[in-house]
Amino acid sequence: MGKARNALFDPVFNNNPIALQVLGICSALAVTTKLETTVTMCVAVIFVTTFSNLSVALIRNHIPSSIRMIVQMTIIASLVIVVDQFLKAFLYDISKQLSVFVGLIITNCIVMGRAEAYAMKNPVGLSTLDGIGNGLGYSVVLLAVGFIRELFGSGKLLGHAILPLTTEGGWYDPNGLLLLSPSAFFLIGFFIWALRTWKTEQIEKEN
Amino acid sequence: MASETIGKTFGVAAGVCIVCSVLVSTAAVSLKERQDLNKRRDRNRNILIAAGVIEEGESASAKNVEDWFAEKIDERWVNLDTGEFTDGKDVPERCKDEIKAEKSRDPACSREIDQAGLKRRVNYRRVYITPKQGQIERVILPVHGKGLWSTMYGFLALDRDLRTIKRFAFYEHGETPGLGGEVDNPRWKQSWVGKEAYGEQGLDSGVAEPQIRVVKGTADPNSDSEVDGLSGATLTARGVQNLVWFWLSEEGYGKFLQKFRRTLQKQMTGEQHG
Repeated sequence: MGKARNALFDPVFNNNPIALQVLGICSALAVTTKLETTVTMCVAVIFVTTFSNLSVALIRNHIPSSIRMIVQMTIIASLVIVVDQFLKAFLYDISKQLSVFVGLIITNCIVMGRAEAYAMKNPVGLSTLDGIGNGLGYSVVLLAVGFIRELFGSGKLLGHAILPLTTEGGWYDPNGLLLLSPSAFFLIGFFIWALRTWKTEQIEKEN
Repeated sequence: MASETIGKTFGVAAGVCIVCSVLVSTAAVSLKERQDLNKRRDRNRNILIAAGVIEEGESASAKNVEDWFAEKIDERWVNLDTGEFTDGKDVPERCKDEIKAEKSRDPACSREIDQAGLKRRVNYRRVYITPKQGQIERVILPVHGKGLWSTMYGFLALDRDLRTIKRFAFYEHGETPGLGGEVDNPRWKQSWVGKEAYGEQGLDSGVAEPQIRVVKGTADPNSDSEVDGLSGATLTARGVQNLVWFWLSEEGYGKFLQKFRRTLQKQMTGEQHG
């Protein structure tokens, strides 16, 4: 059981794909101006990491190593297209806001990274958990960033006004920087700092 | 790792491809109907925004959109070659889907051109007029053309004089977010409002001559015919310029706008004298 728990929860804080492996930063900047798009993106990524790990682990003993990357890529791309089609059918407005970023999950290094590094070597159950775990790890960071950006950037959470804006007769003057991509860099930086203060073993050794 | 033979490699590759393609095509086909419905609603919603009925970002339920659309928007067919309004019955049934009509090689539906990145232009197009009764306030023209990566679809809303732009925005495109995607930037869209699509004589001289230009860098603030370019998105901005010119020219809505302007002017003077 310990192994399973590690596969699921290690990626959340101990081996976070964004904070420690520093993967998947690109979409973390782009989709986090609003919590609504962030949540959708997180669910989409969890789905893709989970099922790509599952499928790759399922056929890992049959994949010839000369074409293993292409096979992984095909599986991941198919899953992403399915997700994209679903969003277009059921969450049209959000899918429009996410625009190309759903499609770009294909190139999210976390998905490919886990398929290659974990699912190719581990049984189906553990790989699936690892997929969920890495999706969650990605989501934790994204949700934190999205929460701060929407709350302090536009005074809202999930579209509901929390801090009344001065432009609408309230008292809160929003911080425009938070709506721009660089702010996500700063926030992720702070997140990594906080995480490494808490878990000091993550600090890289100086040469 | 599995033993590798050429046969096995091909076998696995083929197997993966078949499974994946079945998965993808099932999803695409089974969800198509819903997606099309969403698209149509979104289009109507954007027409209402262009008509000034709802504000951008304002939430409106699907039901509201349908009701308002039926209540306020007059959908008319225009024959682009003659510039006349035409009864929907005169439009061949197979040409009624404008996207399909543009792709088809059927000369009744569309003809060959080479402008704004488009290969063909439809012969009949829907335009939208608001309000349904009384004095016309806006005419909304669907426009599209190639940006850098994608075909961009938008609506150009003109004032009653058919020269002044009331609103111009795209509702579907696949340009790079942050660069070409800035065509969605509210401030940029706002910069089109009040600009003159045609010069003083642009619609009265016999040949429709658009004057509106997307300039590189910053537009002259006193000019009523220049719009700022998009930094980092020269090609997208050029695409916007080309498609606006194309649709405003004789090949596009030019003939229609000239004729319609004369009709409207007659109505106006008629009202004044009568």
